[in-house]
Amino acid sequence: MDIDLETITREFANSRKDIKKRIIVCAGTGCVANGSLDVFETLTSISKQIGVDIHIELKEEIKDTLISKSGCQGFCQHGPLLNILPQGILYTKVKASDVKEILEKSVLQDEIIERLCYHDKDKVCKGQEDIPFYTKQNRIILKQCGVVDPEDIREYIANNGYKAAKKACIDMTEKEICDELIKSGLRGRGGAGFPTGKKWDFTRVQNSAKKYVICNGDEGDPGAFMDRSVMEGNPHSIIEGLIITSKAIGADEGYIYVRTEYSLAVSRMQKAVKDARDIGILGKNIFGSDHSFILHVMEGAGAFVCGEETALIASIEGKRGMPSPKPPIPSQSGLWGNPTAINNVETLANVPIIINYGADNFKKNGTQNSAGTKIFAITGNVLNTGLIEVPFGTTLKHVIFDIAGGVPDEDGNLSEDNFKAVQIGGPSGGCLTKEHLDIVLDFDSLKTVGAMVGSGGFVVMSKHNCMVNVAKFFMQFTQSESCGKCVLCREGTLQMLLMLTDITEGRATVNTLSLLEELARAVAIGSLCGLGKTASNPVLSTLRYFKEEYDAHVKDKKCPAGECVKLLNYQITDKCIGCGLCATKCPVRAISGKLKERYKIDVPKCIKCGVCKDSCKFDAIVRS
Amino acid sequence: MKSNYEKFKSVCSILEKYSFDKSKLIPILQATQEEYKYLPQEVLTFISSALNISPANVYGVATFYSHFSLIPKGKHIIRVCDGTACHVKKSESIIEALRKKLNLNNSQTTTKDMLFTLETVSCLGTCGLSPAVVLDGKVYGQMTPSKAIALIDQIKE
Amino acid sequence: MEKYLMINGIKVFFDNEKNILEVIRKAKIELPTFCYHSELSTYGSCRLCMVEVESMGIIPACSTPPSSGMVINTNTEKIINLRKIVIELLLANHDRECTTCQKSQSCKLQTLARRLGIETVRFKNVVRKTDKDLSTYALVRQQDKCILCGDCVRFCDEIQSIGALGFVNRGSKSVVCPSFSKDLELSECVYCGQCSRVCPTGAVIPRSEVKEVWKALSDKNKKVIVAIAPAVRAAIGEVFGFTRENGTEAAGKIVTALKIMGFYKVFDVSFTADMTIVEEANEFLERIKEGNNIPLFTSCCPAWVKFVEQYYPEFIKNLSTCRSPQGMYGAIARRIMPNVLSVKKEDLVVVSVMPCTAKKYEARRRELANNGEIDIDYVITTQELAIMIEESGLRFQDLDAYAFDMPLGFKTGAGVIFGNSGGVTEAVLRNVASDITGGEYDESEQFSFVRGDDGIREAKINLLGRELKIAIVYGLKNARQILRELKTQKRKYDFVEVMACPGGCIGGAGQPVYNDLATRKNRTRILYENDKTLELHKPQDNPYVQKIYNDYLGSKPGSKKAHEYLHTHYTYKKRFKESVKISEKNSKGLEVNVCFGNHCMKKGSKEILKHIVDYVENKNYKDKVNIAASICLEKCFSAPNVKVADTTISHASNESVKEAIDKEIK
Repeated sequence: MDIDLETITREFANSRKDIKKRIIVCAGTGCVANGSLDVFETLTSISKQIGVDIHIELKEEIKDTLISKSGCQGFCQHGPLLNILPQGILYTKVKASDVKEILEKSVLQDEIIERLCYHDKDKVCKGQEDIPFYTKQNRIILKQCGVVDPEDIREYIANNGYKAAKKACIDMTEKEICDELIKSGLRGRGGAGFPTGKKWDFTRVQNSAKKYVICNGDEGDPGAFMDRSVMEGNPHSIIEGLIITSKAIGADEGYIYVRTEYSLAVSRMQKAVKDARDIGILGKNIFGSDHSFILHVMEGAGAFVCGEETALIASIEGKRGMPSPKPPIPSQSGLWGNPTAINNVETLANVPIIINYGADNFKKNGTQNSAGTKIFAITGNVLNTGLIEVPFGTTLKHVIFDIAGGVPDEDGNLSEDNFKAVQIGGPSGGCLTKEHLDIVLDFDSLKTVGAMVGSGGFVVMSKHNCMVNVAKFFMQFTQSESCGKCVLCREGTLQMLLMLTDITEGRATVNTLSLLEELARAVAIGSLCGLGKTASNPVLSTLRYFKEEYDAHVKDKKCPAGECVKLLNYQITDKCIGCGLCATKCPVRAISGKLKERYKIDVPKCIKCGVCKDSCKFDAIVRS
Repeated sequence: MKSNYEKFKSVCSILEKYSFDKSKLIPILQATQEEYKYLPQEVLTFISSALNISPANVYGVATFYSHFSLIPKGKHIIRVCDGTACHVKKSESIIEALRKKLNLNNSQTTTKDMLFTLETVSCLGTCGLSPAVVLDGKVYGQMTPSKAIALIDQIKE
Repeated sequence: MEKYLMINGIKVFFDNEKNILEVIRKAKIELPTFCYHSELSTYGSCRLCMVEVESMGIIPACSTPPSSGMVINTNTEKIINLRKIVIELLLANHDRECTTCQKSQSCKLQTLARRLGIETVRFKNVVRKTDKDLSTYALVRQQDKCILCGDCVRFCDEIQSIGALGFVNRGSKSVVCPSFSKDLELSECVYCGQCSRVCPTGAVIPRSEVKEVWKALSDKNKKVIVAIAPAVRAAIGEVFGFTRENGTEAAGKIVTALKIMGFYKVFDVSFTADMTIVEEANEFLERIKEGNNIPLFTSCCPAWVKFVEQYYPEFIKNLSTCRSPQGMYGAIARRIMPNVLSVKKEDLVVVSVMPCTAKKYEARRRELANNGEIDIDYVITTQELAIMIEESGLRFQDLDAYAFDMPLGFKTGAGVIFGNSGGVTEAVLRNVASDITGGEYDESEQFSFVRGDDGIREAKINLLGRELKIAIVYGLKNARQILRELKTQKRKYDFVEVMACPGGCIGGAGQPVYNDLATRKNRTRILYENDKTLELHKPQDNPYVQKIYNDYLGSKPGSKKAHEYLHTHYTYKKRFKESVKISEKNSKGLEVNVCFGNHCMKKGSKEILKHIVDYVENKNYKDKVNIAASICLEKCFSAPNVKVADTTISHASNESVKEAIDKEIK
């Protein structure tokens, strides 16, 4: 069906021409969890009383204020976020009780409520352009995420949406699309960084009547949520990317596989696919061309390993999500034995941009071998956690200290000394230290130091984080997510976890360390799939850069960061005045005593959570 | 609460909706679990018979994915996020505290009175709120062991 | 241009090998594997076949296709260490009671631990002790011996299309077991036992009855008689070092060994195989004449029989009602031999030696019992026989040959070739068609066109004034395909021979464990050679068969007596026993089961259920009626079915069910 994108754009603009102000409430998972939907409801319910003529969904009647929800704006820690356009005001940590004031002051008048603004040290930041978190980024993929209504296909179209798909379907040949992608240097954002254009071209040349495209949205990396944000915030960009892929390789059917934990992403993708189908963008003879394409959304069922492409295919086929040996690669024999191109969400979101603005333009960002931008999810001990997008080639330092605002200590004071390490690439990645702060982020440079871009998880560790514990945490994750097929991953990750547990609990010997390293290397070489091959990375990189910390656990039975609870003990000193506060705070009632006398901790009962120490006003509780 | 008959009828409709297509096993199990809140053995057997696949195959899929449960869960479901961000912010101590409080452990995740099920999830994607706990679908951020226990006490009352 | 690989510095040519592992093995390097079987799909789980390929790094040989000029090293230090770690990891999670394991010495894990020089296991022992699954007569499963290579799972699924075993859980919690972790007996297992054949360790093994047999032998009051199946003689030598060229049939030595052990009489199942042919050929001719229940399916393979009973009840009528050779041996041994041998019936112990685990199950089939008494007391496999020989301290290779006891010791070549896929068909043809050609011919070669290595073979022969179409099948997946196509009339046959195991009985799971096709082919060769050396080749020429018929079985095949002794019947074997509760309460009232098997569902059981639920509600019967959806009531031909109390209503309608409920309640 031929679709006149210009008419939709014009009609859409028309319907909005009287809108003078727009309030955007972030409805990403983080903000929703913090109560942004309450804020939204309150906005719509009390705006009438205040005299704001609002416009929630596009109807015939023309009002001058539009309230809409958006996808994740990235600044999750400060959610719920509320934007007012065109002034560009950004309010953070908005509560339902703030809504009335916002409407009265900032919408009806142009007054700014400083209390709700983000404060950069002492500076009041009115909007995104004042906040370092945003100004130091380069948001291309995420640009529309915080603005467009993800549930309105017309708004996407009005923002140049589906133009690239139309161009690909009508004006470009399969080969031209692949060539453009190859030229752009786009590499897969899911982890391995394989050149997308090459993958497509290889799938394109396969001789088969049936081919598939798959969007891999099974983002399971703990601490990574960029794909979720794109699916929630701009689902049509993914569909558009898939249409272009399908045309490029000659597929007529596709799947979007979304992690089941992402319920919002699942429903947004489903709605987007339905809307695209209803409008005729998906289906037979797209844009009047001879290209047809249908798309299904499949929800995963809770298995991290399904992020591995052959496992994901098995899962779509209704089987246990166990990877199979490659070759054959999916490009040759994928879904039901047909050639299949699998791409990650973020990769696909890049595709329309490349087709619209050209490969050369795309390459302006990034480094020689890693073109474009990359989204990272920053978590851990930094001032501002959230989602950021920067060009490849940005330094670690810039991300941690300039964008994320640096590393605070337990009392919230910022200092470069607090920074200990950063774990990049999630359970598959490695830890980097101070000495790597000047390293640029791209596919190749990270590999040389034992880390990887991976999916883009970025966990910052302060001096209070024990690196052995971090390695153990990731091993716990991969161990429980191992599919159990190949011996090295199934048994190897279990044994590594047991050894790491021994180390953190004071049972290990020097032999444990050498065996751990030997095993880690074997698992890395010999495992069947990417999950197993990279499972050792956290162990190997921490052993490489934090050997002395391991030694302290093994030889001195001490945890220098004070995190390994089995190596710790809480004691109440004679500073105790017997107020009894700690006893009431203790979640397991391990503390007892008489008022005004020194209290005691029942050591076997104690779970070493540290609540008592935090609650004591007299510093009478010490950790040793 | 739906009656047994309604639940069974829904499973039949689910199978029809997916045209008894064995490759749709996972969505079929998901929809079935929506009905029963877990996957009863006899219903899995029924599904395997209807789809013409071996019950071992259905059982294998149902036990592979963590989303599926073969035992009934408690009335209230507590999920403690143990993603990286939450872990770094001591989610483990919350898990420990809740386990002690509810008398649960690694293998026993549902209380004997069927009131609570305690699960851990690897990242909810709400890293900004870490450590996060989800109680019956509602996310609670910046949790501590005592706050988590207070939540349980609230329900118990 | 010739394609080649450089393997450890040696040029090795290759042709159509699908992976470099096959080429490496061709170069006589025994690259270790657990999960690779040429018959099965490539699985890639054991990580033992890793090799170092120049410019590719360390990769698995099993899943890498060869390309000419590859430079491969199979034994670098890295690879050796990797293999050691794999074995150590497996050993850390393995029940290491090797000395008491039945698989000791033929266990691949044990062999590799020795070959790779594993001295200590440096990893923590993480094995979870499990109980043995002793629920069946055929097989024993022991989870803590399992290394999760998946060979059994794939064999059961890919070759047999049963899927009785599957992977459960994931990661380090993974196990292989029947559905819902139940006992094997409750699964769909047909007991072919090929899982135990491909299992590299002792996680699935044929269930041994050696102890019981020894006990019977040492009982002074008992006379223990035994018969050995054709395939046994072709394979037992492998245990004692007769392989390939020097491997010949070892029946004579077996007789000697059994005599030394104290067996009273040693018979040959080939004798009853001759008898089976005579009886089955007669049945076939009758069916052809009457045009009923064609094609005739052979019924000598108990796994195949259970397969039909379980999945294709509509074809039960096509199975030959003749007992298998073991079944006939049992009947004659138990009911005729006491008379012939002048032994009191209760003093006689009947043993058979089979290449097969399903035969253990067959012997206990209630359909084969006589007034509730089973004919055969113990069934031991070739493996178990070898163990008994070893236990007796006999140097098998040095034993002299001895002759079978009469009358059940005389056979023609037809009874011997039974052990091969195609053997039954060939024997039947020798019986019914050997006279049609006339003139001089080699009786043992006349119908050799039915022989072959393929899992599905077809043959045609002009007989009885028409062209008869024959199919010879092994592997139950192949059999399923044939049945499906027979159902849709895509294929048409008059006679179908099916053996569950690849190659027929010679490849049975009771045979010494083999992993290469060459061993199986060698066994086939031995049986056909044996046929050639025998004097007679046509079963009807066996004088002792004639004598038994004359003396005890009404003189001719198909007689009433013959039917009583030599035939059996089959019953639909339910696959599922579950039902889904529909009523809310668990009242002790009237049980109403609505069948929700596939046939019934198609015929509207959903509507009937709705009707019943409404009716019970309206009539206020809620406390008196217990409704359940049953899978299934086993009456697929008369769908839909509803069971009210103990009566199953076929072609049920709303009205008929209502009536029945009313009647029961009043």
